[in-house]
Amino acid sequence: MFGYYLDLALRSLRRNKVLTGLMVLAIALGIGASMTTLTVLHVLSGNPIPGKSAQLYHVQIDPRDSFGYRPGMEPMDQVSWIDGMNLLHAQGAQQQALMTGGRVAIQPPRTTLDPFFEAARYTSAGFFPMFDVPFQYGRAWTAKDDQDRARLVVLSHVLNDKLFGGKNSVGKMLRLGGHDFLIIGVLGDWRPNPHFYDLNVQSYNEDEGVYMPLTTSQDAGFDHDGGTDCWGNGADGKDMTRNDHCAWLQFWVQLDTPAKATAYKQFLIRYSEEQKSLGRFQRPPNVRLRNVMQWLDYNQVVPSNVRLQTWLAFGLLLVCLVNTVGLMLAKFMRRQGELSVRRAMGASRRMLFTQLLVESGMVGLAGGIGGLLLALMGLWVVRHRPAEYASLAHLDPAMLLITFVLAIGASLLAGLLPAWRACHIAPASALKSQ
Amino acid sequence: MHIRPILVALRKHKLATFLIAMEIALACAVLCNAVFIIANRLSAMNIVTGVDEASLGEIVVTGFEPKEASDLNARMIAGLAAIPGVESVHAVSSVPFGPQAGVAGVTLDHKHYGTVIDYYVGDSGTIKALGLELVAGAMPDADDYQAIPDKAWLPPSARVLVTRALADRLWPGESPLGKMFWTGPYQYRVIGVVANFMGAAANGGGRAEWSAFVPALPGGTLAGTYQIRANPQDLERVMTEARKTVATIAPDVVLDHENSQSIPVLRAAHFATDRAMAGMLIGVIAALLGVTALGIVGLASFWVAQRRKQIGIRRAIGATRGDILRYFQTENFLIVTFGIVIGMLLAFVLNAVLMKFYELPHLPLYYLPIGALALWGLGQLAVLGPALRAAAVPPVVATRSV
Repeated sequence: MFGYYLDLALRSLRRNKVLTGLMVLAIALGIGASMTTLTVLHVLSGNPIPGKSAQLYHVQIDPRDSFGYRPGMEPMDQVSWIDGMNLLHAQGAQQQALMTGGRVAIQPPRTTLDPFFEAARYTSAGFFPMFDVPFQYGRAWTAKDDQDRARLVVLSHVLNDKLFGGKNSVGKMLRLGGHDFLIIGVLGDWRPNPHFYDLNVQSYNEDEGVYMPLTTSQDAGFDHDGGTDCWGNGADGKDMTRNDHCAWLQFWVQLDTPAKATAYKQFLIRYSEEQKSLGRFQRPPNVRLRNVMQWLDYNQVVPSNVRLQTWLAFGLLLVCLVNTVGLMLAKFMRRQGELSVRRAMGASRRMLFTQLLVESGMVGLAGGIGGLLLALMGLWVVRHRPAEYASLAHLDPAMLLITFVLAIGASLLAGLLPAWRACHIAPASALKSQ
Repeated sequence: MHIRPILVALRKHKLATFLIAMEIALACAVLCNAVFIIANRLSAMNIVTGVDEASLGEIVVTGFEPKEASDLNARMIAGLAAIPGVESVHAVSSVPFGPQAGVAGVTLDHKHYGTVIDYYVGDSGTIKALGLELVAGAMPDADDYQAIPDKAWLPPSARVLVTRALADRLWPGESPLGKMFWTGPYQYRVIGVVANFMGAAANGGGRAEWSAFVPALPGGTLAGTYQIRANPQDLERVMTEARKTVATIAPDVVLDHENSQSIPVLRAAHFATDRAMAGMLIGVIAALLGVTALGIVGLASFWVAQRRKQIGIRRAIGATRGDILRYFQTENFLIVTFGIVIGMLLAFVLNAVLMKFYELPHLPLYYLPIGALALWGLGQLAVLGPALRAAAVPPVVATRSV
């Protein structure tokens, strides 16, 4: 029966090419625009570290003085050197890492390359095991290296390709900002998007090439890169590691169970109370512990432009659907005669209804194919736009499936009302008026 | 034209009429808001920096030790000034649309830090090269340019220029001349007011024009960023040569290619996202109007085909081609008007939603009549084809059975 309906639908669609074309075009446009923006939204709001995002927490405490305090306000996003080091050495969680971003000048060993700047991550040793960072060559550094301020670095594989042609560079020396560093490891393919652990630099497509111990970076006098929030008389140009009034480091912890997270939060409150009694903090304890997805959500990491575009595209899809409903109504009502003959020959309303919906579904399928082509084109355009996330805009199999589900679903929805109307005409009067 | 018969006919096609009207309403709501967003983006792009943008460019180098700063400054300023076409080279802290530098809170009483401003540090001659317009007070004189101490990023005290916006913010209703303000240990006295001046604050996305120009001698932290002035026609050539020259005058520093550009180029790059967004919105608007027009064409054609016999009868009993044409045009006008009425309400609802989630002001009322005119025009254009086909139906159709 379904085959027969398909055949009927094809004949009917072919009979009125202009109207069919208009419907397919409308669906394709709506689907193309929605899928383009939905794909971008999907890529941007993805989980950067699936499987572990619920166990990794970003720590916020509030070390500011009482000036400007309002109950219920958010604590600072980052921590100061002193608090960061205190929390790091307290070892209150299973894993912890204190980190900040930076930029280092690289004097390449190959003379064919000019000196260039590379984004760097200055972090304590907990970073690599906590974020499950894969290694291509060598290994990560240890907490002892942190203590010793060891002059060593880990490179990303992209930078290793650039500097050493992808060969194992472990054991070689690299000159950074006028100092020599020993390369002890090269990372595998690791590009978490969004760049969740530090949103002060770019949120997307931020690949650090150089990783070094945080203590070493301060020892070598490297400037940090990213946000610095100072309060009171913090901005007095003092050395950052001695400055108690500027927050510029991110502190992440791994806590495997909710019970541990609750306990750690209690620990943070006790720490704040202790610091307050010492006179360092002036505000009542104000701490937050957000896991990766909560942290991304809190920072509204998906650009508002992208959300706006998605809304607009779905607005367009809605207009296209209303349009398709109108056109289908015209199409089905024009076939009153044919439908009445089928009714008179014994087809039930239900059968007519199914037949008309099959026809709508076929329009949807054709619209889906057109929409897919338009979405691929749209994504190509997005990739050539000057946004930091541009190169991430690719269609994945899930979105491909959604395209067709959306297209066929939308066209079936659009076909419902016209089909219902069309199979409720009285066959006798329709045949008589012929 | 009699409207009554049209209304009676439309009542027979309630669903189709309603669909077209809804389509128009949705199009009206999206159209008004999308055009409004575009207009907002474009006006944000017209930000006034108060400097001679067309004549200015910036060269940024990094990767040198603080102790080399003075030597680097001397080499860079001499080397860049030697490029044919360069009018002047100055060591500065930043340029409009360049990388941000020197943002700090200021206080008048050492207690309240309510205002965050952009400090723009430059050597003597910078003001003239920028083309700043003084509206009150005086320019700093030669003695005001002092060296910046080690590790500090500003001179400890100086006589500075502020923008009128900053003066109004700090001392509303008073003359700012001679007044003092502080950032941490640094203290500044206002000696002059400029009309407009945006430093790197132009990057800040709607941040207020609160800037101060602090005179200083090159050296210390005032090194590595250079402002080049050249004739607007020569500027791009000069910038290309300047980028090349850096490798020879200072081979060991790292040139920041991305930021070593003319201000027009930096400005264009800064607004690239806004332009892309405006482009995307224009695309959506075009698609929306196109789809709406297609819908009208489709449904009007259907109605014409359905009413061939009736049209023939009307023609046979004396209606002219013009009557038939006007019938369909009026019908379309009525449906579109109905849609626009709903659409205006929808436009305000959509605007209210957008205002909640995005920084967007109220939709001005004058967008509505413009949107209405556009949709009336679109409707008439779309219905013209089917209406002409209807007008071409010969009266003889009335005598035939279909």
